Amino acid sequence: MVNENDDVFELTLHRDVAAKVRAKELEDWFYTPEVKEHFFNPKNLLKDPSELKDFKFNGYGSVGSPACGDKLDLWIVVDPSTEKIVDCKFKTFGCASAIASTSVLTVMVTENGGMSIADALKIKPQDIVKRLGDLPKRKFHCSVLGDKALRVAINDYFRRTNQHERIIVDGAQVIDTVLKVTDKDIEEAVLEGAHDFESVQKKTKVGVHDKSCIPKVIELINFYTKKYYG
Amino acid sequence: MEDVVKMKEIYFDNAATTPVAPEVVEVMNRFMTKNGVYGNPGSFNTVGLKALRALDNARSKAGELLNCQASEIIFVGSGTESINLALQGLARANKNSNRKHIITSKVEHPAVLQTCEFLEKEGFSVTYLDVDEFGIVSPERLSDALRDDTLLVSIMYANNEIGSINPIKELVSACKSFDKGILFHTDACQAAGYLDINVNNLGVDLMTINSSKIYGPRGVGLLYVRRGVLLKPLIFGGGQEFGKRSGTENVSGIIGFVKALEISDNLKDSENKRLSELRDYFISKVLRIIPKTLLNGHPTSRLSNNVNISFIDVEGEAILLMLNERAGVCASSGSACTSKSLDPSHVIIACGRPYEVAHGSIRFSLGRYTTKEEIDSALSVFPKIISELRAISPVSLKMEDVSVYYNG
Repeated sequence: MVNENDDVFELTLHRDVAAKVRAKELEDWFYTPEVKEHFFNPKNLLKDPSELKDFKFNGYGSVGSPACGDKLDLWIVVDPSTEKIVDCKFKTFGCASAIASTSVLTVMVTENGGMSIADALKIKPQDIVKRLGDLPKRKFHCSVLGDKALRVAINDYFRRTNQHERIIVDGAQVIDTVLKVTDKDIEEAVLEGAHDFESVQKKTKVGVHDKSCIPKVIELINFYTKKYYG
Repeated sequence: MEDVVKMKEIYFDNAATTPVAPEVVEVMNRFMTKNGVYGNPGSFNTVGLKALRALDNARSKAGELLNCQASEIIFVGSGTESINLALQGLARANKNSNRKHIITSKVEHPAVLQTCEFLEKEGFSVTYLDVDEFGIVSPERLSDALRDDTLLVSIMYANNEIGSINPIKELVSACKSFDKGILFHTDACQAAGYLDINVNNLGVDLMTINSSKIYGPRGVGLLYVRRGVLLKPLIFGGGQEFGKRSGTENVSGIIGFVKALEISDNLKDSENKRLSELRDYFISKVLRIIPKTLLNGHPTSRLSNNVNISFIDVEGEAILLMLNERAGVCASSGSACTSKSLDPSHVIIACGRPYEVAHGSIRFSLGRYTTKEEIDSALSVFPKIISELRAISPVSLKMEDVSVYYNG
């Protein structure tokens, strides 16, 4: 009897897991507890623009626009002696995952005494998503703009501190001027299996508002598809 | 789904689907098990015959409600299937005719728009009519688009997102006065239960109704097809539904659907009165207590259960999540993030609203079980939720910039 019950329990458990996997694939509306925590209680939020008077930031980056559905502003405080990001504030217009992903990024760059500029420049959207315990797949690229805003903010820091030679293009070239989508983003999208304009746009939102970049995007997709898939 | 909201839910998503009315379930239950009527209406035996009679009765009742012959009603599996049968069925029947032009509007449901896009690839030409700032098609605009080779006009009765009501009678007469041979289909999925669905009053040749929007079971719909209109089927087989839609009839579903249609028709006047008061209360209060809000759709020529508001400077999906988690409010949004596409609501954009307005739009669709207490309870948390989200947003648009319409 006991064994029989155990079997039933096993079976139920198994079914629950299967249901969860299915739910994750299908119900892409649902968010992880980490996403919800950062959405409902955003960290390092600039509550009111007046706070900027006392916030001695030396780098500011902004990407997106409300017409696109996402816009985020990031202010960073870099300690010039250590080149570490010691403080950071943000504001985001966008869906819950856009807000949560920016909030978690501000934690990532400021925790443990601050992240070095060199490391901060290496942050990829995937790192942010990982820290959030995953995001619904179709939200992956379009709502994670934090890494791009951070790059813009760090470049702004270089500019403000007269280190123009350090302004990083980093092999990455901005293709979409509105959303700051770079050739690297397109490369990553291709590597993740998007091989035509429509599917790359689905992942990156490239060209939704800056339509002038579309021919260049198609050219890049063809280039990377050939490069990686022959 | 342990993380699904535990608090009391306030359901403002009746335009997506309605709960099945208990009276409907009660009737359906009589057509399922061995103790009830369960036969195949096509079977030549007494069990099948009982099912056939029940089906015939339901079809006659539906005919009465629509003021048409029972033989003019084809039961199908959904509103979407009904629309596909109307558009594709007519296109197939006219493959070799000279009529190869279809007119529809830019604010139709994807079931119409996607089917039209498919038919364009099949050699039909399609005109997508512009709408006014309320999402309404004018008879003049339709008249201008009519051509000698026009086969079909398909215009929705009421819009699913913003609830705007099209003047179907006037649109039909604009169409027929140009050429009696042009057929008129209307998608009445949102209209049923709220507006007049008498096909002779309306003058339409084809009409789509869906069960799941009128407190009936899911997976059932109907297509009214005026006698003499030729349709080619999409589904072949045993020749059920006058050969237009094969497959064993969903007897319990059809009976539940017709019962739901009957109830909603009976309640129509009283519900319209009750709901339009709640709707107007809801709209005026939101616009008053929350700054930077805009009403989408027509202020009066709209479904009595539809409220669609844009909250400026914030994004719809974020609003939905916060409303749901903090207040149990279930609504839906025209934001790009809640759709499968990258673009925000095609309806609100077609009305000429800027993208920023579409991204922040929320549809609250009321229903038979909505109470004023629910509305008050939701309204009591709205201002705080919106101001909280606005505090996160870096955007601060000027109302004079976003209140404009770009379609003149």
